[in-house]
Amino acid sequence: MSTAQVGDRTQPVKQRQPGLKPWGMAHHFNSFAQQQEASYFGMWLFLVQEIMFFGGLFTAYIVYRTAHPFAFALGSRTLDIQLGAINTAVLIGSSLTMALAVWAAQTGRRKAIVVFILLTILLGGVFLGIKTVEYSHKWHEHHVPGPDFQWEGSQGNRVHMFFNLYFLMTGLHALHMIVGMGILAVAAVWAWRGAFTPDNHNLIEGLGLYWHFVDIVWIFLFPLLYLLGRNVG
Amino acid sequence: MSANENRGTNYLNADYGVKSWLLTVDHKRIALLYLIGVTFFFALGGLMAVLIRLELATPAGDIVQADTYNRLFTMHGVVMIFFFLIPAIPGVLGNFLLPIMIGAKDMAFPKVNLASWYIYMAGGLFAAWSMLHGGVDTGWTFYTPFSTAFSNTYVISTAIGGFLAGFSSILTGLNFIVTIHRLRAPGLTWFRLPLFVWAHYATGLIQILATPVLAITLVLMIAERAFKIGIFDPALGGDPILFQHLFWFYSHPAVYIMILPAMGVMSELISAFARKRIFGYKFVAFASVGIAVLGFLVWGHHMFVSSQSPYAGVIFSFLSMLVAVPSAVKVFNWAATLYQGSVSWQTPMLYALGFIGLFTIGGLTGVMLATMGIDIHVHDTYFVVAHFHYVMVGATLMAYMGGLHFWWPKITGKMYSIFWSKVSALLVFVGFNLTFFPQFLLGYLGMPRRYHAYPEDFQVLNVLSSAGASVLGLGYLIPLIYFFWSMRYGKKAESNPWDAFGLEWETSSPPPTFNFSETPTVTLEAYDYARREELRQETRQARTQPVKDA
Repeated sequence: MSTAQVGDRTQPVKQRQPGLKPWGMAHHFNSFAQQQEASYFGMWLFLVQEIMFFGGLFTAYIVYRTAHPFAFALGSRTLDIQLGAINTAVLIGSSLTMALAVWAAQTGRRKAIVVFILLTILLGGVFLGIKTVEYSHKWHEHHVPGPDFQWEGSQGNRVHMFFNLYFLMTGLHALHMIVGMGILAVAAVWAWRGAFTPDNHNLIEGLGLYWHFVDIVWIFLFPLLYLLGRNVG
Repeated sequence: MSANENRGTNYLNADYGVKSWLLTVDHKRIALLYLIGVTFFFALGGLMAVLIRLELATPAGDIVQADTYNRLFTMHGVVMIFFFLIPAIPGVLGNFLLPIMIGAKDMAFPKVNLASWYIYMAGGLFAAWSMLHGGVDTGWTFYTPFSTAFSNTYVISTAIGGFLAGFSSILTGLNFIVTIHRLRAPGLTWFRLPLFVWAHYATGLIQILATPVLAITLVLMIAERAFKIGIFDPALGGDPILFQHLFWFYSHPAVYIMILPAMGVMSELISAFARKRIFGYKFVAFASVGIAVLGFLVWGHHMFVSSQSPYAGVIFSFLSMLVAVPSAVKVFNWAATLYQGSVSWQTPMLYALGFIGLFTIGGLTGVMLATMGIDIHVHDTYFVVAHFHYVMVGATLMAYMGGLHFWWPKITGKMYSIFWSKVSALLVFVGFNLTFFPQFLLGYLGMPRRYHAYPEDFQVLNVLSSAGASVLGLGYLIPLIYFFWSMRYGKKAESNPWDAFGLEWETSSPPPTFNFSETPTVTLEAYDYARREELRQETRQARTQPVKDA
């Protein structure tokens, strides 16, 4: 073992765990099960803090919507409900492919993991593409918040607030998707190299939880921003 | 004896070189990285305090002008809260001790742990950069619309600093909770956990549930200032009061992020130096969780004069007073632990006793401030300043210093000077009271906070306060010297120099990289000094008695 190297400065002695551990198990865990439990639990807690993070924004939405219901309905009616609905379907589809990637990891299908992750990234890309089209429409209609904002009709300032929230909420959601897609891309490379086994694929499971969370945020955003109060006035 | 002979026997000499520190995933080394960080920011925040107290020594605004003074107290608050008080005990003592106390080899996510230090330092650099370029003058609360529309100082970079510090704090809390759930040694049930661990568990809950709200609030404020997305802009139907609600939804629980770990340290100190099991263990443990939960329901007491509905005010007032119950449970239980204990007057114990006194004053004045009638009278006066310094400095800092003195032999394997440490503990206690007690009087008499000049009637009390601040400063400077001194010249510490109870005292000082040579099994209740003594006697008898059965 490494005791013979003590005192030899050319070969730095790193303390090794007594007893060899299987590849992929961190030094401080006793079993894959323990490592897995810790990893999932950590991800759930991370999602809890994400909920509180978005929660602040949703609170602002609730407060202002209650204060200015009519203006919010006016703003809501300018959004493209068809594109929004298509995007909802696309995102739910990406959740399906993500769930299949997790299944592939659990059952040790290396190529299937890669395929399903790439599909997830693709559908995420479609979502962001459609979102970009929607944003550009808003840009041409001068509905992007800031000095350039224009509104013909009543309640212009209040509608401005609706678009403040629309862009912040969908923008923050899109940012979470972009981060998720970046990590998914890394995971795809690792999966291709065979880094994940049925025993040890915590990254894929964690990404699965994360991706479903991002999906659920949109499931709330779509009705709040596109649907509620659409028929008012 | 050559240096290499000792190589690899503990976490300090397991590896050498700057890289082995900057890329370490060992929770003990990360704790020392935090120690360097928080000490630096404490000194920086302290420097601001020195300038503030110098300015207030005379009634006229002479040393600094109003604008500079605004920046001084803002940066003092930002640095002390986000970069010292919040990370100090969890980052240094929590990181070092929590895995050892539960018999684990490391935190659940060692790399996340290291990342949280880097994020914290990055946040600190943003704050320091802002300071070098002229600072911020919004107060640490960043109230809109001043912060978004009027202040022409470095609001955005400072807020990014606060955002990053918050993110680091979230990751630390997450790591604590998962570690406590998943990495406890065999036999270490929830009710055998040291109360330090319970306190950090409760802290972790607040860090995860409250800090993200600060993050989004700062993001919204930055969006309004930088991109004119006026979420809080009244012209667009926005409400600046909403900013205050969101801000205090985090920032009141943040006070408990500062005080709960301190209370955890206290329970360890009190039971170790009374050589007794803590009185009412479960009550103290649940009091931590109770404070964490109640802490989420009291934010409105910062907004009694903000045009918030008086009915909401009444409810917030009542709920705020309720926090006094679990807090008092703790104080009474510590006092009851001391009763008929074999109390020894070691340095950490002096800090612990100081904590009880100062926290009691800070807590009781908190109840006064939760009463709306009194709060409206003393709102935004030095009474409030004195109150929160008694809690944050008087309690949290006392516990931090006490904990540092208690576990220093474990952390470094060296003893510091007992004499000088007692002198400095005394100086801190006296200096602190001299600094902040006069501020209660000043506030009651009507001196508002956040002004650089004041009427001459207030000078005597202000001079007392400034004099106290210099004693306090000396009290903090002396430990810095003898701690450094001890690392090189200090006597070698034994593995359990205080003969205290707990897993951290059963491993060597300093501990090996993986904390224990083999995973310990826990068979005793927490702080069960009596049972441990019995077991020791049995072992001694077994050794001395000849074997009869043969």
